[in-house]
Amino acid sequence: MSTAAGDGSGAPLLELRGIGKDFGSVIALDDISTTVRAGEVTCVLGDNGAGKSTLIKILSGVHRPTRGELLLDGRPVDFGAPREALDAGIATVYQDLAMIPLMAIWRNFFLGSEPTTGWGPFRRFDSATAKEVTRRELGAMGIDIRDPDQPVGTLSGGERQSVAIARAVHFGARVLILDEPTSALGVKQAGVVLRYIAQARDRGLGVVFITHNPHHAHPVGDRFLLLNRGRSMGDFAKGELSREQLTTMMAGGDELTELAEELERPAGR
Amino acid sequence: MSATRAPVSRPARADERVAAVGLWRRLLVKPELGSLIGAVVIFAFFSIQSSVFRSLSGVANWLDVASTLGIMAVAVALLMIGGHFDLSAGVMTGTTALTVGIVATELDQNIWVAIAASLVLALAIGFTNGWLVTRTGLPSFIITLGTFLMLQGLNLGLTKLFTGTVIVRGIADAPGFHSAQLVLASRVSLFGQDFRIAILWWLLATAVASWVLLRTRFGNWVFATGGDEVASRNVGVPAARTTITLFMTTAAAAWLVGSITAVRLTSVQANTGTGQELIYIVAAVIGGCLLTGGFGSAIGASLGALVFGMTQQGIVYLNWDADWFYFFLGAMLLLAVLSNRLVRRYAEAARR
Repeated sequence: MSTAAGDGSGAPLLELRGIGKDFGSVIALDDISTTVRAGEVTCVLGDNGAGKSTLIKILSGVHRPTRGELLLDGRPVDFGAPREALDAGIATVYQDLAMIPLMAIWRNFFLGSEPTTGWGPFRRFDSATAKEVTRRELGAMGIDIRDPDQPVGTLSGGERQSVAIARAVHFGARVLILDEPTSALGVKQAGVVLRYIAQARDRGLGVVFITHNPHHAHPVGDRFLLLNRGRSMGDFAKGELSREQLTTMMAGGDELTELAEELERPAGR
Repeated sequence: MSATRAPVSRPARADERVAAVGLWRRLLVKPELGSLIGAVVIFAFFSIQSSVFRSLSGVANWLDVASTLGIMAVAVALLMIGGHFDLSAGVMTGTTALTVGIVATELDQNIWVAIAASLVLALAIGFTNGWLVTRTGLPSFIITLGTFLMLQGLNLGLTKLFTGTVIVRGIADAPGFHSAQLVLASRVSLFGQDFRIAILWWLLATAVASWVLLRTRFGNWVFATGGDEVASRNVGVPAARTTITLFMTTAAAAWLVGSITAVRLTSVQANTGTGQELIYIVAAVIGGCLLTGGFGSAIGASLGALVFGMTQQGIVYLNWDADWFYFFLGAMLLLAVLSNRLVRRYAEAARR
């Protein structure tokens, strides 16, 4: 599946060097290092409480790391706010997707970055452009929506994820951080989202895919960072690790995975 | 509605599915549909029974009742869509009217100076409401209940302090009164019937609010802030600024209504506007605003105010006991809330 290996040369898009984060006396993360390259998917795996969320928040500018360095294009960066990370091209698709269920798809798509037309007091939201671009961008991702006017709430979970990914890609994201995009989904829907992750990768983005499911991570990932209780259990390239090894290395191993699948089945549509 | 620009999707199939959404369902998710049906039904009901109600003078009469209420309902609807309530909106119409009166009569200023001072005060109150709500994260319900009670006390206390009574009189004697009367309290003749100019202000407020809500960036932010504040902040919507602006808009609407009241009546009671805040919210809810925010319409709120005005005057024309008015209002509110809930479920229903 992962034929696009990226350029592989030069400085990686994003590099973490010994990142750590303390909350008071709690060490939430310690000594985390990995790389994100253009056209590659870096998977961050870990059970609940492993520090995945803290790591995302550092990458997306919500938290500042206590230790370590974050390098963008080989240069150290320091994000004080989510907006700064966003402006640097690091887009985060949160679990809650930052989408408003009762609003139309095109309104959600451009939320916070609305195109305008006209001038002075008559400056208005350019809805014609917004609808057109929404349709085109979703089409380019292979997302088949019926009507950009329908509320996001009427979309399925997988479709919503896809719209959020398409939105990040459209707004010039170079690094796409996906916070457990498949965790709330059924098996089939998860497959749909994995396909969009591959799409984003093939368009040259560096993708950070956070998950606790090795079966979702392995087929699409190029690099795997395993977290356990705030520490790195290793940072592996795809060739260094089989799916079985990956599964076993996750806390709880096969047993947990079986349980996860068993619990996932009734939700499958 | 052509999908031909989308290279990967299948146009024929996509079009077929657009049609499958259905006209009925599309209409149902329009927030103002319920209030439109309500307004038509209530108009028909009273027109059939009362010739005065359907006469031009009758229409002018219930439009007048609806107008000042409508201006407030529209602003309150925007605030509700943005996810907040303003319980001080009613008493603020009193505060602004009293300010106009006191500055014009007790401080002997030109009426326009008084009106300007009143606007500054209103915006300051609105800003305080919004700032407290955004800074503390407390429910706006409780914050504005506080400002409501404080303003109620101030209205009475300051009026007594300045005039020695609970009423401000003699606004008509202020310099510049006639020009103010022309703008805020004159009548416009149409089809041989005089209509209050407040109706024009109401229509203007509805048009501007509707345009802002549906056609501007700010409108998008209002829906988003009310729909999910955290999510909208995550994508860069200035949620706090949006909320404060909405509170200031409500205050500005209260200023407009207060000024109209002061100039029209030329005297202002210290308890003016108290108790009206719930009626504004009722009108907005009848107009399709969800109590949880994120959904609603300015036109709907206007129609809600219209329903209110027609019912209030219709009951008078039919010589019914006015006590029934509140029964009807309550029934309409319940009906509106129930149908809004249905609409929300329709809009949010996940595709299976």
